[in-house]
Amino acid sequence: MRLLKVIGKRFSRNRLSVIGAVTISCLIVIALFAPYISPYDPTAIDVHNVLSPPGKAHPFGTDELGRDVLSRVIWGSRVSLKVGFVAVGIAILIGIIIGAIAGFYGGKVDAVLMRFVDIMLAFPTFFLILAVIAILEPSIFTIMVVIGVTGWMDVARLVRAEFLTLKERDFVVAAKAMGASDLRLIFRHVLPNALSPVFVAATFGVAGAILIESGLSFLGLGVQPPNPSWGNILTAGKDNIEVAWWLSLYPGIAILITVLSYNLVGEGLRDALDPRLWDMEV
Amino acid sequence: MKLLSVKSLKKYFPVKKKLTAEPLWVKAVDGIDFSIDEDKVFAIVGESGCGKSTVARLVLKLISPTSGKVLFEGKDILGLKGDSLKAFRKSVQIVFQDPFASLNPRKTVLDTLSEPLKIHRIVGKKDMRDACMGLLKKVGLDPDVMNRYPHEFSGGQRQRICIARALAVNPKLIVADEPLSALDVSIQAQILNLLQGLRKETKIAFLFISHDLKVVHYFSDTVGVMYLGKIVEYARTEDLFREPLHPYTVILLSSAPRIGPAATTRSITEGEVPSPVDIPPGCPFHPRCPRRFEPCDKIVPELKESKGRLVSCHLWNPWSVNRQ
Repeated sequence: MRLLKVIGKRFSRNRLSVIGAVTISCLIVIALFAPYISPYDPTAIDVHNVLSPPGKAHPFGTDELGRDVLSRVIWGSRVSLKVGFVAVGIAILIGIIIGAIAGFYGGKVDAVLMRFVDIMLAFPTFFLILAVIAILEPSIFTIMVVIGVTGWMDVARLVRAEFLTLKERDFVVAAKAMGASDLRLIFRHVLPNALSPVFVAATFGVAGAILIESGLSFLGLGVQPPNPSWGNILTAGKDNIEVAWWLSLYPGIAILITVLSYNLVGEGLRDALDPRLWDMEV
Repeated sequence: MKLLSVKSLKKYFPVKKKLTAEPLWVKAVDGIDFSIDEDKVFAIVGESGCGKSTVARLVLKLISPTSGKVLFEGKDILGLKGDSLKAFRKSVQIVFQDPFASLNPRKTVLDTLSEPLKIHRIVGKKDMRDACMGLLKKVGLDPDVMNRYPHEFSGGQRQRICIARALAVNPKLIVADEPLSALDVSIQAQILNLLQGLRKETKIAFLFISHDLKVVHYFSDTVGVMYLGKIVEYARTEDLFREPLHPYTVILLSSAPRIGPAATTRSITEGEVPSPVDIPPGCPFHPRCPRRFEPCDKIVPELKESKGRLVSCHLWNPWSVNRQ
């Protein structure tokens, strides 16, 4: 499709975004092939090599139980990837449904749904998540669901705004006059034209979700040891920061690079998908 | 039976200046009557903002009237639901002014044209391509363009696609809301000829909304001249163009650009169209009318028969006031 080509061309004009996209692709490959790439079992304890500094045998060093930090960081990328995509997937799904209903039907339906969005936005999200996880059992599954369920409001607002303008457009009115059902109007005509800001929000959302997961795991409310996650490697790093800097540095760098890459890609997408610029080059 | 008849149709839109204040009302359509026979073209002309497009949306049941009725084949469309609504949607189609906005940018021509056929289950999946090909041929487009997207076409070509989409369901009435005004003059002529050809072939009736008098003269059978939500003159096209009665019609006709020496002196309106929120008392046209006299700012003229047409002006309905 030509439109995709144009978007690709405009995206590739932004160097930093391309670097971000390449980095993300590498991270995805690493996460998918973690069992083959990682040199050690991430949970294998080696009491003879506790807190050994980076060297030939352990490029990123070992932790307080002698586990290989490189392997744990590689396996930790799986958690980040899973949480990022699933949580954002849930957020987008809820956001699209609520935003579409509010924007398409307008009036009282819109008012009620948007006040609900305002209420959700008024909660400090991180503390809401902490409270929910304190009640439920901390696990990667709970984290994904909770981040998704507390992160859909921005998507809902974006989708609603797009729907409000798009539903008045002539091609939607023409389809309505033709006898198209509401579902057909929403899914065939309005939604496909409303998705670009959602993609952008989703990319930024992945970065946010990864940060939240790391934070929760750092606090011990996320992925539970011995399973590795960048956040819980950092927890161990905090306890040993005076003697083993590598325990904090490497997972920290992993988080930094990942979040930065998603944000760069998000920015590139935002510019590439801006519909105001389309007609000029299409 | 008339195909479409509109009876004292009104549509007021509320405008709220403050949250607590009583809303003011924009009288976009303020009590109009007209009817369209099968196979005929009724044109509505008027300046921008006179309520023409609101009439189109009311007739299509896209918005509901404040009061009044729209009867399609004798049935009030306001109460239509389910299957009868679907049948109505199949019988009445719309062609918009802006061909750039009226096609879904993410759909190919084939998708756009097959949609009405799918909704009304007119053609099966196997015959879809052939049906669309036939439609494209009908509107003078190469069937090879089927897999292209709207942005690859010019305005005239897009308008042809819009017309093809309207024709897909074999409608009885097409509402054309300024279908030519976004196009170049040479393209206008082509599209107009296309519409004229379709009329002869298919016997579709048109509600033709326009501000272009030349086009209306060429294409329509009867004309309603609208001013501030009301029809001020309603006549057969040839009568109206031969001898306009309402001063507003006179001004409209004389202000249309013409080639060659001007046959009549041009009359010029004074001032702007008043806001439809604050319609002047008496005849709504009186502040701009060159021929206003005593009753004009006090008494609202009624739409009454005079010289074989309907006109709402005190000049032509002397029995409605005591003329001095």
